[in-house]
Amino acid sequence: MASITLQNIVKEYDDGFPAVNDVSIDIEDGEFVILVGPSGCGKSTLLRMIVGLEDITSGDLLIGGERVNEKPPRERNLAMVFQNYALYPHLTVFENIAFPMRLAKGKFTEGEVKEKVQRAAGMLELTEHLQRKPANLSGGQRQRVAMGRAIVREANAFLFDEPLSNLDAKLRGQMRAEISQLQRGLNTTSVYVTHDQTEAMTLGDRVAVLKKGLLQQIASPRELYEQPANLFVAGFIGSPSMNFLPGTVEEGSTGSTVLRTPLGEIELPEQIAAAGRDKEIVLAGIRPEFFDEASQVDESRRGRGSVFSAELSHVEWLGNEQYGYIRYQNDPRVAEALENLAADMDADELRTQLVVAVDAMSRVRGGDTAELWVDTRRIHLFDPATGENLTRDAEAGAELTRLAAEDRKRDRDRQSTQEKTEGP
Amino acid sequence: MSPKSKSRLGWTLVALLVLGYSLFPVAAIFATSFKTPGDLGNQNFLPTSWTWQNYEMIFVGDAQGLFLSALRNSIGITLIATFIAVVLATLCAYAIARLEFPGKRIILGVALAVSIFPVISVVTPLFNLWRTIGLYDTWPGLIIPYLSLTLPISIWTLSAFFRQIPWDLEQAAQVDGATQWQAFRKAIVPLAAPGVFTTAILAFFIAWNDFVYGISLTSTEAARPVPAALAFFTGASQFEEPTGAISAAAIVVTIPVVVLVLLFQRRIVSGLTQGAVKG
Repeated sequence: MASITLQNIVKEYDDGFPAVNDVSIDIEDGEFVILVGPSGCGKSTLLRMIVGLEDITSGDLLIGGERVNEKPPRERNLAMVFQNYALYPHLTVFENIAFPMRLAKGKFTEGEVKEKVQRAAGMLELTEHLQRKPANLSGGQRQRVAMGRAIVREANAFLFDEPLSNLDAKLRGQMRAEISQLQRGLNTTSVYVTHDQTEAMTLGDRVAVLKKGLLQQIASPRELYEQPANLFVAGFIGSPSMNFLPGTVEEGSTGSTVLRTPLGEIELPEQIAAAGRDKEIVLAGIRPEFFDEASQVDESRRGRGSVFSAELSHVEWLGNEQYGYIRYQNDPRVAEALENLAADMDADELRTQLVVAVDAMSRVRGGDTAELWVDTRRIHLFDPATGENLTRDAEAGAELTRLAAEDRKRDRDRQSTQEKTEGP
Repeated sequence: MSPKSKSRLGWTLVALLVLGYSLFPVAAIFATSFKTPGDLGNQNFLPTSWTWQNYEMIFVGDAQGLFLSALRNSIGITLIATFIAVVLATLCAYAIARLEFPGKRIILGVALAVSIFPVISVVTPLFNLWRTIGLYDTWPGLIIPYLSLTLPISIWTLSAFFRQIPWDLEQAAQVDGATQWQAFRKAIVPLAAPGVFTTAILAFFIAWNDFVYGISLTSTEAARPVPAALAFFTGASQFEEPTGAISAAAIVVTIPVVVLVLLFQRRIVSGLTQGAVKG
């Protein structure tokens, strides 16, 4: 077990294209860090540099405090789970899991090998499949064999390269939970690459968001969600993603500060309005769940938000909640910024519609004009030119990440006391 | 008749036609090898009375010296040439499939050019060269030219085969603690085995069947292989063609080829890479 430190890591290909550009991340011992981003953001390259399959152009990579830039993969003592599992097809499941121990000649006796494989197989529910060949296993089982191979190593860290992307949605959810529990149980430093933000949010102690080789933000999932550093992180994290409504901060008719948007005026709390006052135009980031039907909001909460009415083009009922869509006329001054954002996020088109989450019981239909309430305290204002979050509260964000670290510590302590009481 | 059984019948007919066409000469030689000398000219397909006489002649009779030494030469030279070709081609094809280096396409191009170069145009200069440097009528004198026949095709088939093996396997082995060589030996070679076998068999056939080099670069029993030796068989008298003995020898040298294919056909066709990655 060890910490992993990335210092100003750069990967430049022969043609001068920087796939990873000046990324610095400190991964604590036992921490679960997710690298997330759209395809081509350099997350896999970064992982492959950590494991040693890709050369580092410049910067330092430290594992357990020791610089390992020039070391071959086998000397780094890391275990990796590949996207396509990379099981050895000519070996049985048993031999696949035992493979790393067989390579370390003389280090393990036959009895030890057997015992370790049995224990890993037990943990992963593979015991009855040990004598089968990988070709005869299901996708989920292959995935578990790949994990088994990683576990028996007693490696310094686990590295996962989109391990769940080949599984169907149901199995993915199940394996996600298994990986999470396994990592907590073994308390091994882990780096996990994914483009799926659900995986990122549920698994990670901290999540590093990358775009075009640049680290955008690294923080706990909660901080990313509540206090995104910029437009890209805000848009990438969360599903359905955040709405970006163009608007100008002005003095409203009643004397309060309002955001004038294509949907009408939204009253803003003073603190938020101040951040956007001297900008010509801002993008207001409002998550779908910040909205509610005005009739559903009780008096005490109503005052903390602002009410407006809009015509819903259509609604989607999902059982647990309901999404309403509102079309609006986009401001040409932000069209370019939004278009770039869509391209960065791998999204196909620029959406000029607002998504609002309303109660599943609500009877609003497409074509209705609904009275909507929006929680204005949680709105973020972004500068369309730079993408910077003008209203980010760094302190509140850091606090969220600190809390996440505390949670992890508590999990670990609980795990170790559990082990103690269970006895050897 | 349903269209399915109709098409099946069609395929069976085609298969029978092709089999008949390709196996008829073999059957004719087989029948001839059991004929008595008197039977040879009687224009019947089957011998009137079956005899082992021709086989006796090449194994224990007059032609024994010529045939047995030729058989020994053929087996030895072909096996050595095949072995060297497969080992070299495996390493070369692995490099071509895995590494980026300048001149990769040139190597493949030259290999192809060598394999289509007419043998007969090389033989005469080679004959002179071998005589000068003392390789004429020796085993190495045949093994080296055989490599020029077997290496190109081995490199081509093996590099195609290596390209199919997922690279991730090798990288996984390296992460698991293997050196580059261990990763190659423990993760790639077992997977490449069917391809290596196929290549070995192809190379073996090419070397085994060679006639031009065999007859041009040898002069005695020291190195003459079977296809060349057949030309030196003599009949009982000057006016008699040794057709029976030649047929018997031809059947004998066909046997290893048939045995090889029967032994390894399952390995040749087995898709061992199945299940390496997501299925």
